[in-house]
Amino acid sequence: MTRPSAVADASRAAPATHRSAAGRGAARRGGPPRPGRRGALAVFLTPALLLFLSLVIAPIAVAGYASLYKWNGFGLPENFVGLDNYTRALADPTFRGDLWRGFVLIVLSLTVQLPAALGLAMLLNQPLRGRGVYRLVFFAPYVLSEVTTAVLFTLVLSPNRGLGGAISRWLGADAGAVFADPDTVLFAVFLVVSWKYFGLYMMLFLAARQGIPKELSEAAATDGATAWQAFRHVTLPLLGPTIRISVFLSVIGTIQLFDMVWVLTGGGPIHASETMAVTMYQYGFRRFEVGYASAISIVMFLLSLVFALTYQRVVLRRDTEGALTTQGAQR
Amino acid sequence: MNAHLSRRTLLGLLGAGAGAHLLSGCGDGGSGDPDGPQAINWWHIQNTEPMLPVWAAMAQEYQGAHSGVTVEIQPLENEAFKAKLTTATQAGSPPDLFQSWGGGTLKQQVDAGLVKDLTDDVKPWIGSLLPAAVQPFTIDGKVYGVPFDVGMVGFWYNKALFDAAGVTAPPTTWAGLLDAVRRLRAAGTVPIALAGKEKWPGHYYWAYLAMRVGGLGALQQAAKDGNFDTPDFVAAGERLRELIDLQPFQKGFLGADYSSPDGQAATMGNGGAAMELMGQWAPSVQASSSTGKKGLGDKLGFFVFPAVDGGKGSASDAFGGGNGFAVGKDAPAATVDFLRSLLSVDNQRRAAKTGLVLPTVREAVDGIADPNNKIVAQTLAGATGFQLYLDQAYPPAVGQQVNDSVAELFAGNKTPAQIVKDITTVAKSQ
Repeated sequence: MTRPSAVADASRAAPATHRSAAGRGAARRGGPPRPGRRGALAVFLTPALLLFLSLVIAPIAVAGYASLYKWNGFGLPENFVGLDNYTRALADPTFRGDLWRGFVLIVLSLTVQLPAALGLAMLLNQPLRGRGVYRLVFFAPYVLSEVTTAVLFTLVLSPNRGLGGAISRWLGADAGAVFADPDTVLFAVFLVVSWKYFGLYMMLFLAARQGIPKELSEAAATDGATAWQAFRHVTLPLLGPTIRISVFLSVIGTIQLFDMVWVLTGGGPIHASETMAVTMYQYGFRRFEVGYASAISIVMFLLSLVFALTYQRVVLRRDTEGALTTQGAQR
Repeated sequence: MNAHLSRRTLLGLLGAGAGAHLLSGCGDGGSGDPDGPQAINWWHIQNTEPMLPVWAAMAQEYQGAHSGVTVEIQPLENEAFKAKLTTATQAGSPPDLFQSWGGGTLKQQVDAGLVKDLTDDVKPWIGSLLPAAVQPFTIDGKVYGVPFDVGMVGFWYNKALFDAAGVTAPPTTWAGLLDAVRRLRAAGTVPIALAGKEKWPGHYYWAYLAMRVGGLGALQQAAKDGNFDTPDFVAAGERLRELIDLQPFQKGFLGADYSSPDGQAATMGNGGAAMELMGQWAPSVQASSSTGKKGLGDKLGFFVFPAVDGGKGSASDAFGGGNGFAVGKDAPAATVDFLRSLLSVDNQRRAAKTGLVLPTVREAVDGIADPNNKIVAQTLAGATGFQLYLDQAYPPAVGQQVNDSVAELFAGNKTPAQIVKDITTVAKSQ
């Protein structure tokens, strides 16, 4: 239902651009916005604003509304239950498990995945034979879709016929049934997620590393800094903005993790790899408890929002100076 | 214009206008003239050989005989169909003719006024269908769908592996089954293949045991009052635990799919396990999932779920279900007539010949060519009672809870007494 309205918005925006050309001439640089400039602002902002309202704000509002009802998704919600769906979620062992598993995945991402990507990026920044090939190979998994990656790994780690099982048996271990064991499945999922995403972070770190002028490390070397000291006190601080944004992407990505888990394990066995998004899907599309699923989605949204705002405010403050956070101070 | 028109009234009017506009946009305007041009939008899930071309040919023939009717076929994969139908029904615009398994999901669609009551339309010919097949599509005495296929769940076993382990005859009692499992294990064979990741294959065990221990009445009673916390359901779980404790399943079964290259069907089809509890489609999926695409051939046998000593249910009560079609609320007038043509004796015979469909029209049963299908059809014809899959018979939330809870029993982290409480909590909340 939202798509036709988006088309309508676009068609409405087309003639508006002609008017804006006239409006712009009336506006002068600086000073308070004049009526003409306000008109131009309205003309340029309206289409984007309408899209944002209809595709982002409206669905959130609808989900918030539905989350207050016991509703199976057919017809209109009628059975108002207040905050029952939220109290139910907080008492639901599966949902509480989702929160814990999300926390574990975030901690693993920040302590294993990102440092590994950083290390590889530093390594591939060294003069090395075939450096371009390595960079390409490490980045390649990121190009695959999540579903393709997941199917690939279910085959590789398939317990009785998989390549992973065969290799591990040859090495004298048995990694065959990692997805079938509630104790190992979350770590197996983490490994697959890392396999896909470490290349992206590696590339980000590599680009940032190459943006650091050579003179700085040369100066450090001249002053007698060891390689570790140069890394710790010159490179790492200058990589700060990239590291901070990587942490941000990683945490938000983990909160919303769905495709990979859904295809790899479906959240099982016995919910041991279930994430909030998987639980939401189960209730919304399998059990037809749309009200409860909406409440879960709102909790997910609030967690992401609170994290994003806090992180922007506190950690990214310096990096985004002049863009968002300090708009008030600039005036 | 009324100057005192309040804002609320105005908004209400606007809302009503928008609603009416949306509704008119969703229908395809087909409910008008029965002889005028009509387009039937048909969603089915036989999206591969051998049924895909058969359905297409039947639609083609119908269009040839009825000018003005066009059939727009949308073949969908099972899971994709469920997801797509969910969004379509929740938006209030079901397709004109679509796959249905009957039971609780169909009832939910009926309650929402999305499907057509077919009782009067099908009265002249519904009697030619097997009553057990029609039962899941009958809700409060009214017919809301027509089955084209019906089957049952039973044990499919590898005769060669049974022989090698010294199990000479298929077990007829639960104790006999446990004994066979012990012998198979002793012979170094994996006794049972199970797709633990998908959960629905596991629920067959618990459901069948509940039928054998408590009888069909126990399941019907639970459907009515939502109370699964009875000694019979707990006993069913206890019996199942006896089997689980023997560790009869293939390695990594908790993470196994049903039809993937390393799944339950492939494990059976490749001779990697001695038996599986599965529906009438098992032989064909075993063949298509196995490495050589051949399956077990004549080494494959079938036996009914064994009786439980002292149980109230009979071993001739069958558990299963079938495929059918329901008709959307805004379907054009020709849809029911088209549905009837799909269920003509000739067309049912053609469908039966593919080996994928077990016909519901009595006269077409002789069209079954496949020996495995014949056994299932004969067993079903002699069934003393019939129970639809629990995850279809009950409302979706209850059905999924049954699947989830039984999976917890298989994983060993909940007891039979705990799972009946969990299921009861969900069933009572519906």
